[in-house]
Amino acid sequence: MKVALFIPCYIDQFYPQVGIATLQLLKRLGCRVSFPLQQSCCGQPMANSGFATRSKGCDNNFIDNFKHFDYIVAPSGSCVLHIKEHLKSETHPEEAAHIRGTIYELCEFLTDILQVEYIKASFPYKVGWHNSCHGQRGLYLSSMSETVSPEFSKPERLLNMVRGLHLSIPRRKDECCGFGGIFCISEEALSVKMGTDRIKEHELNEVDYISSADVSCLMHIEGILKRNKNNIKTIHIAEILNSKL
Amino acid sequence: MKTTHAALAEKFIANTAQTDWHDRTLWLVRQKRDKAVHTLPEWEILREWASQIKNHTLSQLSEYLSEFEQKAKANGIVVHWAADAEEHNRIIYKIIRKHNIQNIVKSKSMLTEECQLNKYLEQKGIEVVDTDLGERIVQLRKEPPSHIVLPAIHLKKQEVSETFHRYLKTEKGNHDPQYLTEAARQHLRTKFIESQLAITGVNFAVAETGGFVICTNEGNADMGAHIAAVHIACMGIEKIIPKARHLAVFLRLLARSATGQPITTYSSHFQQPGPGQELHIVIVDNGRSKHLGRKDFRNSLKCIRCAACFNTCPVYRKSGGYSYHSSITGPLGAILNPNTDMKASADLPFASTLCGSCSHVCPVKIDIHEQLWKWRQVIVAEGYVSRKKKTGMKIISFVLSRPSFYRFSGKAGRWIMRTFPFLLKNKLNPWFHSREMPEAPKQSFRDWYLKHKP
Repeated sequence: MKVALFIPCYIDQFYPQVGIATLQLLKRLGCRVSFPLQQSCCGQPMANSGFATRSKGCDNNFIDNFKHFDYIVAPSGSCVLHIKEHLKSETHPEEAAHIRGTIYELCEFLTDILQVEYIKASFPYKVGWHNSCHGQRGLYLSSMSETVSPEFSKPERLLNMVRGLHLSIPRRKDECCGFGGIFCISEEALSVKMGTDRIKEHELNEVDYISSADVSCLMHIEGILKRNKNNIKTIHIAEILNSKL
Repeated sequence: MKTTHAALAEKFIANTAQTDWHDRTLWLVRQKRDKAVHTLPEWEILREWASQIKNHTLSQLSEYLSEFEQKAKANGIVVHWAADAEEHNRIIYKIIRKHNIQNIVKSKSMLTEECQLNKYLEQKGIEVVDTDLGERIVQLRKEPPSHIVLPAIHLKKQEVSETFHRYLKTEKGNHDPQYLTEAARQHLRTKFIESQLAITGVNFAVAETGGFVICTNEGNADMGAHIAAVHIACMGIEKIIPKARHLAVFLRLLARSATGQPITTYSSHFQQPGPGQELHIVIVDNGRSKHLGRKDFRNSLKCIRCAACFNTCPVYRKSGGYSYHSSITGPLGAILNPNTDMKASADLPFASTLCGSCSHVCPVKIDIHEQLWKWRQVIVAEGYVSRKKKTGMKIISFVLSRPSFYRFSGKAGRWIMRTFPFLLKNKLNPWFHSREMPEAPKQSFRDWYLKHKP
């Protein structure tokens, strides 16, 4: 199984540990993983700001890097959703379609493709789970409170395999944290208010960590936590699943 | 004057207690909705049916409107067509003049709000009394509704008490809800009895029968329509459904989505004028046919105005209706308003994190968050975007689409963050205002990978 690792730009630059954990985890689970060296960004920052016409360069570069693989895996629901919904190419439409159909967010790749039933990991902490909206409502990583359907959660299923981990689900289990890409800048006050309110729920639950399948939500939440000298830490699910504490 | 959503939201949030209360109150409505819909195993099927009925109707809207007109006329209803808000208001004014009407009651109609009917009639010296409790409260306070179903949801009972003390002479400081509601009831009762004209909205107009349905919890539409000699019902062209049996789908969805009730207290069916009465229907376009022509956005005309998308939206809950600076607020306003006034509404599709909750509570399956994304593209293409943002995006896309440039900029950026942190840690950086910057590591993932490559 030829798996390409896609490490979104801001993870590459600011959260290399998430990329490392993802790579090590996939290897441990038996995948042959490559990291195409000329990758950069999925183009979402432009597209969500209304400049989808300016993401052509990113689209082409993405296709160049990722066209020759069986699967593409990334530790970010949001970037994966963007590729799935918006990757286009006028010159290489078939390659674009192939990529759109073979890109997976890490959790869904583990549960749906690798069908992992056991992970040797241990993380003896209380972890508050944050559902990232794009992963949940875009990629259907879990059921959502809005619809009437059987309940499931791919990330929770994985976290329940981790030894010592005490999972804590906030009462508003799928409320947005307020990151929202450009929103976190253009609606700064509201974005921070939304993030602060999410943190409050996890504080009430006395969690040690807030975890998510999206680093972007965590970056925003971490920024607020640190500003308020809050002891709660943030951690990506890949780091937990790759943890041998 | 700052009137963008972001600026108005910031002002709203400054009062944390009020914001939290607003958020909690609307979340409670969302929870009531959840509880109600989870009692119906067929909920998702109902949504799908509703969506398909509306899609079908929109695809043959002119036929269904003609059928409705024909049947309504045969029932003795006078049918008027209004191309825009101005014509809608003029038609109503003419009817008022014809009968020399002095006393008018109106039940809730977001269409008359959209057309600014009250203001138009006021300028001609005619007073309209809004009879929905929430609407009456905001009318007395000279405020617009902040929510399409719960117009006074931004107000606490203490504020209502002050308003009633001032206008209805209730006891100062008595904010017992029962007492205040009773005072409103007595006050409105007089208005109903004196009324010569009742203006109402329309929830569903049935092409097959030429009749229409109005849903209220207070019975105020009926009270008005049965007492007054003249009844004018105002509807947008999208309110049509083909057959009466389709009500069985929509009536089950509407109240559950709106408030979590199985059905509104009153679902009143009007088919023909009562003895000695005149019944008019004003069918309004006001930008709707233009909307219908926009392929990516036409399905927002499926909306049945339940406001479930308002109650679920974290942005709406935490920024209040007035931050949307338009008569239709919330996520719905953000996808409807750019159609009629793109310049004034250019900020609204950006007042969202695209979390997608709205699209999934919507009982008629409007792809609200996808439309918000698409409106962003249209707004930028039409040029309603700041030069600063345009230049910024040009630079970002240049860098991100060139791998070596991207790597160089990333490395340089991280070095700057470590060496001269003050360049980013200052008040010019909106991120840093209330959040710390992420740590800037010495090596990127790629750097690590090249060192540890198998």
